[in-house]
Amino acid sequence: MDTLLSSLSNANFQWVLVGSLLLGFASGVIGSFVLLKKQSLISDAMAHAALPGVCIMFLIFEVKSIPILLIGAAITSFLATQAIQFIINKSRIKTDAAIGIIISVFFGFGIVLLTYIQQNSTGSQAGLDTFIFGQAASLVKSDVQLITGGAFLLVLISMLFFKEFKLTLFDPQFAKGIGLPVSFLNGLMLFLVVAIVVIGIQMVGVILIAALLITPPLAARYWTERLGVMAILAGIFGAISGVLGAVISTTIVGLPTGPVIVLSASFIFFISLLFGKKKGLVIRRVRQA
Amino acid sequence: MTYTLWIVITGCLVGLTCGVTGSLLVLRKMSMIADAISHTVLLGIVGAFFVTQSLNGVPMLIGAAIVGLLTAFFVETLHRSGVQSDAAIGVVFTSLFALGVVLIAFIGDQVHLDVQHALMGEIAFVPWNTLQIGGVSLGPVAVWMLGGVLFVNLLLIAIFYKEIKLSTFDPQYALLIGVPVVFIHYLLMIMVSLSTVASFDSVGAILVVAMLIVPGSTAYLLTDKFFTMLWMSGAIGILSALIGYGSAVYFNVSIAGSMASSTGILFILAFLFSPRHGLVFKRLRTT
Amino acid sequence: MHALHVSDLTVSYDKKPVLEDVSFSIPNGSITGIIGPNGAGKSTLIKSILRLIPSITGEVKVYGEPYAQQKKLIGYVPQRSEVDWDFPTNALDVVLMGRYRHIGIFKRAKKAEITWARECLQKVGMLGYAERQISQLSGGQQQRVFLARALAQDAMVYFMDEPFSGVDAATERAIIQLMKNWKQEGKTVIVVHHDLQTVEDYFDHVLLLNKQLVDFGETPKVFTLENLEKTYGGKIAFLQKTPSTEKEHHAHGHLAFESE
Repeated sequence: MDTLLSSLSNANFQWVLVGSLLLGFASGVIGSFVLLKKQSLISDAMAHAALPGVCIMFLIFEVKSIPILLIGAAITSFLATQAIQFIINKSRIKTDAAIGIIISVFFGFGIVLLTYIQQNSTGSQAGLDTFIFGQAASLVKSDVQLITGGAFLLVLISMLFFKEFKLTLFDPQFAKGIGLPVSFLNGLMLFLVVAIVVIGIQMVGVILIAALLITPPLAARYWTERLGVMAILAGIFGAISGVLGAVISTTIVGLPTGPVIVLSASFIFFISLLFGKKKGLVIRRVRQA
Repeated sequence: MTYTLWIVITGCLVGLTCGVTGSLLVLRKMSMIADAISHTVLLGIVGAFFVTQSLNGVPMLIGAAIVGLLTAFFVETLHRSGVQSDAAIGVVFTSLFALGVVLIAFIGDQVHLDVQHALMGEIAFVPWNTLQIGGVSLGPVAVWMLGGVLFVNLLLIAIFYKEIKLSTFDPQYALLIGVPVVFIHYLLMIMVSLSTVASFDSVGAILVVAMLIVPGSTAYLLTDKFFTMLWMSGAIGILSALIGYGSAVYFNVSIAGSMASSTGILFILAFLFSPRHGLVFKRLRTT
Repeated sequence: MHALHVSDLTVSYDKKPVLEDVSFSIPNGSITGIIGPNGAGKSTLIKSILRLIPSITGEVKVYGEPYAQQKKLIGYVPQRSEVDWDFPTNALDVVLMGRYRHIGIFKRAKKAEITWARECLQKVGMLGYAERQISQLSGGQQQRVFLARALAQDAMVYFMDEPFSGVDAATERAIIQLMKNWKQEGKTVIVVHHDLQTVEDYFDHVLLLNKQLVDFGETPKVFTLENLEKTYGGKIAFLQKTPSTEKEHHAHGHLAFESE
């Protein structure tokens, strides 16, 4: 309890709280688009694929400059989505196997690079492995500012183009018909996912960041049928999970942040699954009786 | 020399066991279930530890089989209640895996099991952990476990060969003529869980996923025969293990990561140069 | 003796009824077409009869005995699109799958079974393709492999789900010939069908379905304009003989439907 109180008065920690809140909110909103595009597992592949990008940038520039590393992450994440598409289009391999191949091979290669860096670089650059599970406590002020600013910007874009995204997701043919730039909008949605994965990996880690995109919108689905409400609700669920994760993992030493955030989100999902107003299991049972 | 040999044997056994089993999953379009199970068995291992207070082989296998089945069961239940299947897989495996990781953080100081280990394994330690009976060393525990699981898997595939084949190709027809389709499904889930946990300790979750999905997909590009695909997938698994080990030693990097990367390289080769399904020959044929 | 007797069959999906209280009895040695608009529950009907999807209520009897005891007598040709034709196997292997019940669990196919499977392939004109990988067959050839598999089952009551969709003329003729042979052998054939123009040529019995049973009986009595209006619920335009070049058997002109 004491640690919690002293953390709360710590300025850096206050930044972390704001960051995790906004990150959670942004990923909930963007995750709603991902869920409706049926790309939940592709987002998982994008997250895993961020690891080799981080390592390659570190090997090239030999500095642990977060913006540079994150640019690397964005590039390999994007490459992963293209590779999945390419495999599906050009061979008889089906979607699920293509995603699995990309997840495991990109991540495996990331681990190879990570161990290479650990063996060969001097000094204490080993901090890269926090990218795997995330560690809120190790974030410095500039990291948190990047997360906060980035998440804010992504939420803003999502709100500005909300109407257009909605139509593109629901009926792309019709959207094209009334003159919406559908491929631009799809590209923008892809950008949002890559961006949220990239700014989130320091806190949540590449292995579990996808959960932050998948779980809150799925939980929100049990409360509403409307996309607008769903996106905001998913954002709120994500924000709660983010804050809970940051607080708990900072209070208990040795607890990685990502898994705690994900567990918080899973808990909200579980409650929604049971008691959700629209499709919750308990409600369904009551109606049947 | 024997030290290296044991590591190579372990890697090859992982490749063979996961390769053969995984090829079935690729055909059944269940690769991502394999990915999910490979993550969630961590929870089974931790659970087995809470019950027995040790990291012993058999309770670990049982724990993993239970959690593996639960994973498949939860995914199906969610899917049946109206959640799209990929989102259902995503939410189930991240939840159970996160739970496993958090629990490890609490027991981490009591046992030699940390998250790093769970992801990447510690194949380098495999030769030291030997099976002792009456004071005689019979070789590494991991090799015995993998060998045992391989034997069980091959036996099950041999017994239910045509049932597995039919329920994979045409499950409705299989149901119609009386093949126990649900039983076969969960049998495969058990096989995946067992393969995963037997490999887990030595090579970690990443390599297990790679070995389950990639060699099967590679073989799928190389053959149009069911039986050939099974053994070829196992052979590609072994080849990946060998190439991976060699390059890991050469570059002094993670053995598991390197083996996973090797599966990727072999896949790319098949993707480009497979005589019938490869990109290059397809293009040559059309021009 | 009725080959198939269905009473009070009700199926619902996500609490929406798909089939309501369907009852009928199909006489032995007949060829029945199940006709109805898209979403009428035609495939659902045969799948629930075959216990491939659960039904809420309903009883199915085959030759007077409960379905569960008569499963051996049932043959089935699913829609071609329901399986993945990239599956690594060859035509002969698929046909052998029709013999799995006879081969028994744990056992491998004996020579006699393989010979039998080859004969079935020959009957549908596919013997030359026995060793061919199924991904390399044309749509019509794939359908014929499925027919051969049904033949290999040596059943008494055959169910076929849209066997004519997307096949070439030669395959269409092969399917019709096969149905006629079965009928001559005293077997019963039940076919989900959507092409109204061919109904009178192919089927001696018609079952009109739109979530509920509209009518069932001999084709000339049941396949009437009035009944079709009831089934399709939309406006029906009865066009005069249209200049069709592909098919000669349009003696009754074109029936076109515009549903609302």
